Amino acid sequence: MSTTAAPAHWRRMRERYRLLGSKCETCSTTFFPSTRVCSKCRRKGKIVPIEFSGKGKVFSYTVIYSAPKMFEHYTPAIVALVQLEEGPKVLSQIVDCELNEVKIGMEVEACFRKLFEQDRSGIISYGFKFRPLDDRWKDYYKIDLNLKDQKKGRPHT
Amino acid sequence: MYKKREVAIISAATTKCGEHWGKGIKDLAWEAGVKAVEEAGISGKDIEYLVVGNMSGGMFVGQEHIGALVADFLGLNPIPSLRVEAACASGGIAFSQGYLAVASGLYDMVAVGGVEKMTDVEPEQATSVLSGAMDFEWEAYFGATFPGLYALMARRYMYEYNVKNETLANVAVKNHFHGSLNPLAHFRNKITVEEALTAPIVADPLRKYDCSPISDGAAVAILAPLEVAKKYTDTPIIVEASVPASDTLSLLKRRDVCTIDATVNAANKAFQFAHMERKDIDVIEVHDCFTIAELLAMEDLGFCKKGEASKMIDEGQTYVGGKLPVNTDGGLKAAGHPVGATGVRQIAELVKQLRGEAERGRQVDGAEVALAHNVGGSGATAVVTILSRRGT
Repeated sequence: MSTTAAPAHWRRMRERYRLLGSKCETCSTTFFPSTRVCSKCRRKGKIVPIEFSGKGKVFSYTVIYSAPKMFEHYTPAIVALVQLEEGPKVLSQIVDCELNEVKIGMEVEACFRKLFEQDRSGIISYGFKFRPLDDRWKDYYKIDLNLKDQKKGRPHT
Repeated sequence: MYKKREVAIISAATTKCGEHWGKGIKDLAWEAGVKAVEEAGISGKDIEYLVVGNMSGGMFVGQEHIGALVADFLGLNPIPSLRVEAACASGGIAFSQGYLAVASGLYDMVAVGGVEKMTDVEPEQATSVLSGAMDFEWEAYFGATFPGLYALMARRYMYEYNVKNETLANVAVKNHFHGSLNPLAHFRNKITVEEALTAPIVADPLRKYDCSPISDGAAVAILAPLEVAKKYTDTPIIVEASVPASDTLSLLKRRDVCTIDATVNAANKAFQFAHMERKDIDVIEVHDCFTIAELLAMEDLGFCKKGEASKMIDEGQTYVGGKLPVNTDGGLKAAGHPVGATGVRQIAELVKQLRGEAERGRQVDGAEVALAHNVGGSGATAVVTILSRRGT
């Protein structure tokens, strides 16, 4: 992937941080990434932005072993097509998940993560990734303000 | 329906594909161009129009303005020249544009080329450049690679149609076998199913031998109206149809992840224009950038039903001598994949097959009608071209 200047990252920030897409109010079709025109209703469609719940299922997945430099330290990385409960699919990494654990149909939820760091500019990009929908991380993510008792580090991915 | 002229190929030539350390983009284009012009028995002065397919000269070798560059190097100035781009389908799109230029009646002698120099950058850089053919903001940005996208298609396909890794391996073994008989192929080594199944994983379930290589190469074809072509050759190859189609740029927006709709649409139109049916086709060149793509192509082109390509492959029907020979030059897998040149290289192979000039062991006996299929990205562009030797 080629590197870009900061505005290219800012401009999609809301969509990447909050999983925003769009919906055609005429035919109720939901879109991700957001679209400006409904391909079914054309000019009769009325497009409004929507925020997806972030819940979905793994539609297909792969484990990438060979990646461009920016993503090299994430390998082996699970990359999946996730079908959101509202309908559209998104492409994203699956994190907090063992390589042999991921399956088609697995329930996942969106989480907020670092996507990559650009070489020279130092721009750090954030956005959604997905993790298995279960309560195994419930305690892990509890912020313990009493630092003396904090034993676990924050997860890496 | 408009009235078009019949278009024929006078000659088509390709360089050897591979890692050409000693040759730059100009040298490759020159080599293919001179070969095609000499084979056609024409003079460079006869060429009236030039279209070149090139995916990313800018990022591979820091060179844009490829149309003028090739015209200059082939000594074709001052004719009009242009470069067209549709990722890995750049060559196919160039061919269909050249076809239009002749069919429309505007030009009588058109050179169509494709060229790509990919090994002047490091392999990771080449992977990055190629990922420009997917949706930058929503696929590449989230860590997808091209093998990754096709792996997503493969995983879903194998899940829905109960296909095993062995079938993918069989495609690679077959293409390496065909490549071993082709002196212009990038890889000329045969491989076994075991080797394919135990090779390093690139993007699970795709392994090393499921992926086409990074190659340098160029190809050029000379097109003319059939009447003109007959003056230069006894075996003009008629272009019955050359049809591109488009689909969503990103895989995540596709109607069906296991179908390349652009291929379906381009193929249906091409058969309609050519007034032909699937059973008329004797040999096909499909875009096997990854082994899974060969299965999808056979089905989406209409040669078998969805989910049934694996049966034909496992039975060996896609070898030369089989019911439907596929990628007789080794395909992208073994013959090589210089992205912008691939679409024209496929045409050059089919011209060879239709003229009965392919090397021993890989010539399809009595081939009369052939089909080429070139895809860009994960399926956002597809070009289907049907050729015949009806003119001879």
